[in-house]
Amino acid sequence: MNRLVRLFRTSIGRKLVVAASGVLLLGFLVVHAAGNLLILKGPDALNGYADWMQGHPLLWGFRLGLLGLFGVHIVTAVRLAHANRAARPVPYRRIARLGARLPGRLMVVSGLLLLAFLVFHLLHLTARVVAQSGNPLLDDAGRVDVYGMLVAGFSQPLIVTIYLGAMALLGLHLVHAIEGMFQTLGFNHDSYQTLIRVLAPLLTLLIVGGFAAIPLLVIGGHLHGGG
Amino acid sequence: MAVADMDIPAFDPRIPDGPLADKWQRHRAEVRLVSPTNKRRYRVIVVGSGLAGAAAAASLAELGYQVDCFTFHDSPRRAHSVAAQGGINAAKNYRNDGDSVERLFRDTLKGGDYRSREANVYRLAEISNQIIDHCVAQGIPFARDYAGYLDNRSFGGAQVARTFYARGQTGQQLLLGAYGALSRQIHGGQVRLHTRTEMLDLVVEDGRATGIISRRLTDGHIEHHGADAVVLASGGYSNIYYLSTNALASNVTATYRAYRRGAWFANPSFTQIHPTCIPAVEDHQSKLTLMSESLRNDGRIWVPQAMHEERRPAEIPEAERDYYLERMYPAYGNLSPRDISSRAAKSVCDQGRGVGPSGHGVYLDFAEAIGRLGRRVINDRYGNLFEMYQRITGEDPWHTPMRIYPAAHYSMGGLWVDYDLMTTVPGLFAIGEANFSDHGANRLGASALMQGLADGYFILPQTLGHFLAARPPLTADHNSAAGAEARAAVEARLARLVAVGGRTPVETFHRRLGELMWEHCGMSRSRAGLQQALVEIPALRDEFWSGICVCGGSAEFNVVLEKAGRVADYLEFAEVMVRDALEREESCGAHFRTEHQTADGEPRREDASFSHVAAWGFRGDGVAAQRAIEPLHFEHLQPAVRNYR
Amino acid sequence: MEFTLHIWRQHGAAEHGAFVTYPVRGISPDLSFLEMLDILNEELVGRGEAPIAFDHDCREGICGSCAMVINGDPHGPLPGTTTCQLYMRHFQNATDITVEPWRARAFPVLRDLIVDRSALDSVIQAGGYVSVNTGAAPDAHAITVAKQAADAAFEAAACIGCGACVAACPNGAAMLFTAAKVAQLAIMPQGRPERSRRVIGMVEAMDDAGFGNCTNHYACTEACPKQIPLRFIAQLNREFLSAALSSREFVELARPHAHEE
Repeated sequence: MNRLVRLFRTSIGRKLVVAASGVLLLGFLVVHAAGNLLILKGPDALNGYADWMQGHPLLWGFRLGLLGLFGVHIVTAVRLAHANRAARPVPYRRIARLGARLPGRLMVVSGLLLLAFLVFHLLHLTARVVAQSGNPLLDDAGRVDVYGMLVAGFSQPLIVTIYLGAMALLGLHLVHAIEGMFQTLGFNHDSYQTLIRVLAPLLTLLIVGGFAAIPLLVIGGHLHGGG
Repeated sequence: MAVADMDIPAFDPRIPDGPLADKWQRHRAEVRLVSPTNKRRYRVIVVGSGLAGAAAAASLAELGYQVDCFTFHDSPRRAHSVAAQGGINAAKNYRNDGDSVERLFRDTLKGGDYRSREANVYRLAEISNQIIDHCVAQGIPFARDYAGYLDNRSFGGAQVARTFYARGQTGQQLLLGAYGALSRQIHGGQVRLHTRTEMLDLVVEDGRATGIISRRLTDGHIEHHGADAVVLASGGYSNIYYLSTNALASNVTATYRAYRRGAWFANPSFTQIHPTCIPAVEDHQSKLTLMSESLRNDGRIWVPQAMHEERRPAEIPEAERDYYLERMYPAYGNLSPRDISSRAAKSVCDQGRGVGPSGHGVYLDFAEAIGRLGRRVINDRYGNLFEMYQRITGEDPWHTPMRIYPAAHYSMGGLWVDYDLMTTVPGLFAIGEANFSDHGANRLGASALMQGLADGYFILPQTLGHFLAARPPLTADHNSAAGAEARAAVEARLARLVAVGGRTPVETFHRRLGELMWEHCGMSRSRAGLQQALVEIPALRDEFWSGICVCGGSAEFNVVLEKAGRVADYLEFAEVMVRDALEREESCGAHFRTEHQTADGEPRREDASFSHVAAWGFRGDGVAAQRAIEPLHFEHLQPAVRNYR
Repeated sequence: MEFTLHIWRQHGAAEHGAFVTYPVRGISPDLSFLEMLDILNEELVGRGEAPIAFDHDCREGICGSCAMVINGDPHGPLPGTTTCQLYMRHFQNATDITVEPWRARAFPVLRDLIVDRSALDSVIQAGGYVSVNTGAAPDAHAITVAKQAADAAFEAAACIGCGACVAACPNGAAMLFTAAKVAQLAIMPQGRPERSRRVIGMVEAMDDAGFGNCTNHYACTEACPKQIPLRFIAQLNREFLSAALSSREFVELARPHAHEE
């Protein structure tokens, strides 16, 4: 334990915490995106999947774990950012090549905006207190009609704009995060560095595309009200 | 302080008895030792943190002495040893090409034109091997072959490949090794490091060095530091020529101040001029950059036949070019030694055949080599040098010949020291380029790093103990009258510099001194020129003391004041250099007197009257320095004439 | 050529600084950036004004003294170049040039463009060496080192300690500097026995000196005049994690106290 305490007091230890929690959160995002895409198989597949999850005995354990991960990730990153700001008390008048490094420099901003979106997203689709009407609809099988809710929700242009904006932010966040994650965890070698440089934007595109596909399909009229 | 008639010290080098090859081992066995528990009661000051200084400070601390290390840089790692490119010699004979300690000794003694001590040079050659062992153990990434063994290359003045190297940055890598060793002792509390702190005077008490007066550059704080011994590792003074390959802060102040306190200065006029530097193009140029001597392996050096040629090099037909080194020295051609090549370049430029905007330059042409070997081979060998040349000059050496010209590079002269590296002031030691060294009248390539590290790692730590063992440690409180006097003198001098209040930049005087020295006391020297310099230098000094502006006070971070103090010392030291060159009525190594040459323009040594070290003692301001000699005895190797035709 | 220079002037460490504008004229394109400042300084001295203080020494790109941010780039716009090796022909005529000191908490300004970089020395002092005493070494050929390893170690060892990596890093982190030394000695067999001790000491010293944290912007390697590769930072992360998780030193070595502010 002594070891871990000492590790987490160092700059590299803290970075490892951000990277390691980031890896797990990335895993969650992949699973989440994949689950969402069941919508393409129709209302039955999606609602069945949601129903299976709702009834799962580990649901709350999973949710608490996720909350903890987000908490550790955010708190450590914000603390690092705070320390980093203190490391340069007097700013430069001019900074060259600022544009090229924008995703990296906006990590905290994009991260905190994503947190705000996350709150909105939970209120919207999990707690259903925003832009949803009271009790959830049920489908023919008596399950919660997630499919119907999504179609109804993403028929509103404002909601779609919010979700698409958030996905753009997520892309901005992930494209820097994935490449940096390898570096922080110590993976950087001439023989596979090119692969990492290709993989990072590709994986980002896949995740963001997976999420963004649903509101786009709904508002584009490709998915219709279920039942 | 200074008296008109000084006692001339008995310049006894205290060379141990016995056969040449046994002297050092024997001496090591016979020197007095300080017991391990007593070492921590002695304090040693090391001024300078280059190869010699950092190595000495670290090694002394490892032994247990308390060490104070001073550097005017912001970090010990910036010392000018960092700029050495070529490599470091050692007699390892890893190539089985016939090298040995004896051969390295002979090459070095001959390369120095027989103006150094046999015993010192032999010891240097002997220690060279230990240096490589130690530096490898420090983790220095020397060049290796595919089997994992150390690689060697050959260098000027030697017929064997004995030079160890780390790309073109050997000096940097060796310095970082010594800096690491020093850092370890700082971490352990055994060395107190004083960065941005400059030594401005030596404290001599009852004829013994007991401390220094320093100025902290960041706020002008003056301090007296006491110690049981003082080691000067403050480097060389080629920067007196203003344009040189030296770093801009390189100076003579530490050794010159010691000279004023009674340490004799040996062979001050022996300064090496390196033949392959990028010539000055601008009045405001601050520095000359060295191009590796290795370029002369494939480049051909020429100037136009005609005077004041206006055509571009490519337009000059072969028949109208003069490959003067190949013409004058057919046996060695473009690979003639440094002193010879430099003088030949000056001579063709003096005839009005120099090239470039200033007329001070000769072509180093790769066209023939590119044609013969192909672009790829040349790129492998010299690609990085071509790139460096292009970055500095804006010209592409692939398409137009490089222009090169000689530049001041290294000072063989320095404080006189005995076999134990102690100066004529007991307790004051000088190591590395700061002493008059083992290089005689001319240094061979890749020998400076070897000498600095030999002095610092292996010689001084042994011989300093011999000195200390005979004396009880000084008390912690060294606030002696001598210290107070030296401190007052430093403060008065700073106040005088601040009070001048002129409007001329210090830089201007340095530049003018440099031009004057280059003209009269540079690559070739004549009696008339040297006498002229003795008239001009005091005049320039007077102008300096009424014309400069240090633009601020002495109790602040004042970079002009620092520079002013150094230039003021150069203006005094220049006279000592010129007198030494004037009195040495012969040509030897880098010292070429026009009156002493053969009918075909080769230097003529006068062994009968000048086979000695000339040392100079301070007798007071406005009084000419006093000359004394240490005769050189050659028992092992008889001086011969160098011939490269 | 002519330029309008905006240069940071600050009389002392404790005083406030500000940008001052200086026009310079008649500058030859063959002059180095520092030589242009020399000319400006001679003009200032001629007017009895204090010249602009800046660190410099060897002027051939190896000592690591020179340090200034030029138009937002440490050491100026040319890659792999120190300020002293930057020539005016690389600038567009009649433009404005902003010159600032290295900015980092660990590098307080001493005067004008001169900063105190001793924090870098403190990182080396915490372990950036092989602890071999003079005289203790075996023959140089006692241990062979593969050429590839020696070359890789050299690539790391080429660091000149100028601090441009810290100056360029948005977080003022010294990871590239620390990584270069850790990597050099981790690659060379002579550095192996102290490997864990070294990386722990140096990383904690780096943190204590007030440098920021690496967040993978990679501005350091772009600004590095010796172009030290990024992979050494990944290696530092690896070395540190492995020492933290498995070495006895990480539990047993006392952590030195943070440097007094």
